[in-house]
Amino acid sequence: MTHVTNVETAEVVKGRSLWQDARVRFFRNKAAVASMIILILVSLFALFGGMLTPWSNEEIDWNLMGDVRTLGGPSFETKHYFGLDPLGRDLFARVVQGTQISLMIGIVGALISVVVGTLYGATAGFIGGRLDNIMMRIVDILMAIPYMFVLILLLVVFGRSIFMLFVGIGLISWLDMARIARGQTLSIKNKEFVEAAIATGVSTPKIIIRHIVPNLLGVVIVYATLLVPSMIMFESFISFLGLGVQEPLTSWGALINEGAGQMRYGTLWMLGFPLFFFLISLFAFFFFGDGLRDALDPKDR
Amino acid sequence: MNAPSPLLSVRDLKVWFDIKPKGAMPWTAPDKLKAVDGVDFDLMPGETLGIVGESGCGKSTLARAIMRMVPSEGGTVLWLGDDLLSLTKNGMRAHRKEMQMIFQDPLASLNPRMTIGQIVAEPLKTHFPNTPASEVKDRVREVLDRVGILPNMINRYPHEFSGGQCQRIGIARALIVKPQLIICDEPVSALDVSIQAQVINLLMDIQEEMGLSLIFIAHDLSVVKHISTRVMVLYLGNVVEISESDQLYRAPGHPYTQALISAVPIPDPKAHAENEVMLLDADLPSPLDPPSGCVFRTRCPLAEPVCAEIKPPLTDRGKGQQVACHVI
Ligand SMILES: Nc1ncnc2c1ncn2[C@@H]1O[C@H](COP(=O)(O)OP(=O)(O)OP(=O)(O)O)[C@@H](O)[C@H]1O
Ligand code: SF4
Ligand SMILES: [Mg+2]
Repeated sequence: MTHVTNVETAEVVKGRSLWQDARVRFFRNKAAVASMIILILVSLFALFGGMLTPWSNEEIDWNLMGDVRTLGGPSFETKHYFGLDPLGRDLFARVVQGTQISLMIGIVGALISVVVGTLYGATAGFIGGRLDNIMMRIVDILMAIPYMFVLILLLVVFGRSIFMLFVGIGLISWLDMARIARGQTLSIKNKEFVEAAIATGVSTPKIIIRHIVPNLLGVVIVYATLLVPSMIMFESFISFLGLGVQEPLTSWGALINEGAGQMRYGTLWMLGFPLFFFLISLFAFFFFGDGLRDALDPKDR
Repeated sequence: MNAPSPLLSVRDLKVWFDIKPKGAMPWTAPDKLKAVDGVDFDLMPGETLGIVGESGCGKSTLARAIMRMVPSEGGTVLWLGDDLLSLTKNGMRAHRKEMQMIFQDPLASLNPRMTIGQIVAEPLKTHFPNTPASEVKDRVREVLDRVGILPNMINRYPHEFSGGQCQRIGIARALIVKPQLIICDEPVSALDVSIQAQVINLLMDIQEEMGLSLIFIAHDLSVVKHISTRVMVLYLGNVVEISESDQLYRAPGHPYTQALISAVPIPDPKAHAENEVMLLDADLPSPLDPPSGCVFRTRCPLAEPVCAEIKPPLTDRGKGQQVACHVI
């Protein structure tokens, strides 16, 4: 057995995990990579866009305020790159602020759904039996509630605050994820590697965390990236109704609402800029999620 | 000196699954699928017991019931004197390091998201959580080397290995806690023939080295023949014959065993000519509705009226052979 002695001294070979394989596949998908770049740019815009303009999102440009419709258009001269909003504030700064809030809502909603939904669904699916029954009936009941109605009620009763919006989104966003995670868990739990762990006596929480969840993650990540835009749209819809984020905060939906209200005066920039950011980000999220799905789908191997 | 006491002693083990008929109302009582219906056997230290039977006869279920991975309807599983079925969950956990399992699908039995180093270390870390990391690493390298996997592969992932290598990794995972029993559930069925022999020889070598007992499940007799000391034949959840391996192949007792043996290809053509292949006509009855009396009677060429009335008990036929049949 001479080879063994050689091998003992040899370098440990690095493995190629399924994640690394997926990354290679993802980077071959041009639309997905382009979407990722767009999303990075939009995020950078949200984080650092405020530094590009001398105007803040609060101050009103008194010089132009009276003549927003005629003089408030996008201009480098006045340093209002995206023009002014109806109240005479700098629209560029407002869009930066709206982007921050919309992205945050999308990401927080997706994160809640990933953490709560995945653990909830994996637990129900893995333990099964009565617990599974009870847990999934709870999900059914929560899903049967017309959440838009409840959310509007919440916002009306407890006042319109961004916190209530998060509560509302947190309440509903994880339900679908719980179902998806449970369905996947049911198929994973009959795999022999889970049986092997049970046979060895690995405890249930460890099996869920170590064996079930990592194998769910592909599906979960894909669904979460697709959930971000739907959360953003959800918030935008609420804001469009005038129930979402309140002044002085703003979001894409609120800005689009504002811009749409001014459309008949011909100030199209007020609608155009927020809508542009809204649309490219949504498309980018969808293509990004699609690329992830193709990359993570094990059937492709 | 006393006769050696068995390592494992299974008595009247029953596993019944509840099956809801399609479209049944929630309150109707489920049908009972008797996957394992009253199995008795002993396993001696260092012995290999082969278990054979057609697909669906309850081999895997029997193994899983012994490991308490499915709930049993009744019976006892004595492991070194303790009844595993009456232990608490924690009491059972302490015994899990003494018995390990190897599975049919080598790749599916390894978590695709873990490196083989992590996979092999898991039982050790589960049962001896205080083992220092360096010792875990040494032990992992040691067992991997033993099963013929280069220890510098510990950071690789299962999909980077062939089926035979994956099965070796599965064996390494079973060995790392130095068990006394390894239950192999069709460990070579999914492998190429040339690799089957390697894996079986590896198992036999390891068994000799470590004085292990093995339960070796297979669906045909030819694989079991090579490795087993004794062979148990299952049919619809019932033991129809347990016999010393040589005796079983030389003089199969039960009509079902005879049919199985006649289907095993025999290298000597002369012997084969005499050994007419008995084809089992009729299909395997549904385990949901097994025949009365002897479960084999619907397909048995020797069946007599008594076979439909009384279930034949396993009786001793000398030469280490037990057969459950009224006629033979
Ligand atoms: N969890 C379960 N629920 C209901 N029925 C089951 C369950 N597991 C097994 N069965 C049934 O029990 C019977 C025995 O199954 P088992 O898997 O033990 O057979 P087997 O002998 O291992 O077959 P194979 O050679 O195909 O692996 C089959 O009829 C099967 O459908
Ligand atoms: S008991 Fe009767 S039916 Fe059963 S195997 Fe013997 S002869 Fe055949
Ligand atoms: Mg089986």
